[in-house]
Order: sequence, then structure tokens, then C-alpha cells
Amino acid sequence: MRRRTEVKMLGVPRLLSGPPVAEGPERHAAHEARLGRLRPEQAAREIVPALEASGLLGRGGAAFPVGRKWRALAERSSGPAVVVANGAEGEPASHKDRTLMAARPHLVIDGAALAAAAVGAEEIVFYVGREHAAAVGSMRAALAERRAGLSPAVRLVLAPISYVAGEATAAVHYINSGDARPTTTPPRMSERGVGGRPTLVQNVESLAHAALIGRYGADSYRSAGRNGAAGTALVTLSGAVARPGVREIELGTTLGDVVTGAGGPTRPLAGVILGGYFGAWARSADIWDVPMEAHALKGRGHSLGCGMIGLLPDDACGVEATAGIMGFMARESAGQCGPCVHGLRAIGETTARVAADEAGRGDLDDLRRWTSLVAGRGACRHPDGAAQLMASALDVFAADFASHAATGRCLRTGLREAVA
Amino acid sequence: MGHRLRVDWIRCDGYGLCGDVAPGLIDLDEWRYPVIVPGAVEPSRLHDAQRAVDCCPMRALALERTEGGARGVRR
Repeated sequence: MRRRTEVKMLGVPRLLSGPPVAEGPERHAAHEARLGRLRPEQAAREIVPALEASGLLGRGGAAFPVGRKWRALAERSSGPAVVVANGAEGEPASHKDRTLMAARPHLVIDGAALAAAAVGAEEIVFYVGREHAAAVGSMRAALAERRAGLSPAVRLVLAPISYVAGEATAAVHYINSGDARPTTTPPRMSERGVGGRPTLVQNVESLAHAALIGRYGADSYRSAGRNGAAGTALVTLSGAVARPGVREIELGTTLGDVVTGAGGPTRPLAGVILGGYFGAWARSADIWDVPMEAHALKGRGHSLGCGMIGLLPDDACGVEATAGIMGFMARESAGQCGPCVHGLRAIGETTARVAADEAGRGDLDDLRRWTSLVAGRGACRHPDGAAQLMASALDVFAADFASHAATGRCLRTGLREAVA
Repeated sequence: MGHRLRVDWIRCDGYGLCGDVAPGLIDLDEWRYPVIVPGAVEPSRLHDAQRAVDCCPMRALALERTEGGARGVRR
């Protein structure tokens, strides 16, 4: 075997290595002392093939290959581009982006600067959810530290508090005009985005990974990973787990090992929600031994999405939990597209009625029908995400739905009383 | 080469005239928003499809040419 130049073995955690996350933002000097300086112009020459070789997938939820996205922008024929570092993180149960920005702002900035150099951008917009106070403060201070040393113009834009504000077209729309509602595609953002310029919208975690790949190469990224997968990912564990919160995992780690690593479940589980409110419910027995990585999950109709992993304890009702989520998704519709406005409202209200044991005749049939009807009928994929979650709930909690609807009885009540 | 109906969901206000004009190509949900029947528009129905496009008060419906027949058929 040919001897290769030495591959830096990046451990786990890597995005969150260094001082404890709870200490807040790592300053620029400490960041560079720890990781070395990234020279965007220099690193930009190699970064697109390196990203492609790394296999890095976008971490905003859609899991689009990052290298392919950057290449498409870099090879365009039109003028200067814009990079949007997307840290809106409107997903309520996800905390990984805000945590990353609050603790390692310079890794995000490095990645954005590298992206800007690679795609020929004249501006970087850091788009950070305004309710994430620690992340906003951290990014603002870090940008002030860096301003002199960054070549493209940079802007910090605070995203409004809204689930859809982080959707790529909504982000660009807000940056352009203060309206965080998605727009109809085409035009694609990569052709006409911020200020009409070709725009790369990339999640902040993806950018942070790119910053490490730009320093150490694709093989370093791939030096972690289990069960055939490569790399690491930030996930947010919530619900019935001993130590909830944000963790960096090796991709391909089984769900069981991820949860065990966080102290294990606090109760037997009624279900697991993977990928946030755009994701899907699973029976814990079906998903426990599945590697947390795109390919294996896709084979089972799941995705890591934004990395949110929610554990529902067996004394909680999946119908109630789903009613809460669907009510939220209905309220968070941007209100532009009829099928999303009416369909999600109907689904949310009807699920709440079933959960409250006030189901009418035919409610479950209506739920199934609306769920199959809303997907694909909107400017953005908000209805599709909500419908996928609802469809999984009707499957995973079929017995709970049936019991609520038919007899007005929650299957979980007995368990709850046993605990109390 | 085939044809496919496409809705601009932001423009569509649920008048539902398209579904009245072109049943079988366009169903309506209970709020009178269109549900496009999957598949390419049969050549014999192109006239109906175009009428549905023309009657939309919001100009939210378009009849598009698809690259090859197959893509349109699969939706």
C-alpha cells in the first residue's frame, strides 16, 4: 500500500472539542491557538473536491451533499455570489446550531469564509435566530473580533422567531425584504438569491465541518464513524433520557449506543422521534439498533434531519404528543398556501380532538386522507414535513389512536397512575 | 415530450374553477384547492387542461412541457 501523507486523526468530539461548551464562546486567539489558522483563499483551491471526498451531507435537515452544492455555485457563469450561514434553527426541540454558535463561533465563521472564497462570494450573511440570545451574542462578538481579517463583507441578520424562517428561500426572502415567508422556486437560490445574486445557503454545522475539512482534509473527517459511516454529527437528545442536550456523535453509531452514551433512557419508551418535526416517529424496538447515518436510516424511511432525537416515555401518549406537534406545525405555517393552511389546521385540530377523547365519527379516516393530500402542495416543504410526521404517528401509535377514537380511553393512563 | 399541470401555491386562492372545468385532471379538496391528478396530461385532454389554466382568476395554474414523457408520468 502506498504510504500517504499523514492523516490527522480527528477525535470525537471535534466541532465541540476544546474548552467546555458551558463556558461560552471560545475567543479567536484561543481558537487559532488550538486549531491553527485557516487561510480561506489558500484552502479554497482544494476544498470542493475535499468536501466531495468527505461525503459531508448538509446538516440543516435536507442532507444534500455539501461538496456538490459548493461546486454548482463555484462553476456558475454569473457574477459574484453571497453565502448565507444559516443558524435560524427554528426547530424547537433542536439546540445543536445555537449551541455550536454559542460555543464555537469562529469555527462557523471560518467555514463561511472558506465557502465565500470557494464560490467567489462578495458577502457573507450570518442568519441567526433572534431568540437564541447566547448564539447571537457570541456571533456578534466573534464577528467584531474578526472584522478586520475577513475579506468579504459580513452582515449579521437576526432571523425572526418562526419555524419556516430557516427554510432557504424564506431566509433569502427575509434578508432581501424583511419577509420570512418561503418563495416559489424557480428561481433557485443558487441562481438568484440575496440581492439577486447567486446564493449558497448552508447550515452553520455544515460550515463548521467544512472549516475542519479545509484545515485537515477529507480523510480526517472520515477518521471517525461506525458501521461503515464516516464523520460526526451534532444531535440534540430530549425527552426520557438521563442526560438530555446536545452531543457530538460518530455517524453510524446506533441509536441505542447514542442513548446509552447519554445515560440511557429514564423509562421504557413508547416511541422515538427522529429528525425533528420534519422527521418521523419510530417504534423504539425498530430503530434501536439502526446506525444513525443517512443511508441506513433512509432504508427505514427515516432521516437524521436536523439531528433531533426525542424519546417518548411509555407513560406519555403519542397521540397527545403528536397533537401538540401538529398544532405547532399548523400555527407555524407561513399562511401562504391553502393546502398547508387548511390541511395542517384540520389535522392539528382533529388530532387534538382525538387526544382529548372527543373524536367524531370518521375523524381517523379524515386524518389519513388529509395527511396523504397535503404533501407536495406548497411553495416549500413545510406541509410535506408535517405530513410525514403525521403519517408516522398514525402508524407507530395506531393502537393509541384507535383506542382514543373508539373508546375515548388513553392506553397510557394506567401507566401514568401506576407511577403517581 | 409531455405536458403537466403545475400550481403556484402561493398565488392559488382556492377558487376551484380549474377543478370544475377539468375534472379527472384536477380534483378539488374540501377547501376547493386543486389536487393535480398524477401523470402527464393525455393529448386528448390538453384542451381541457388549457381551459383550466385560462379560467384561473389568480393565474396560479400553468401547463408545462416536460422533458421526456416518463418524468411527467411518474410525477
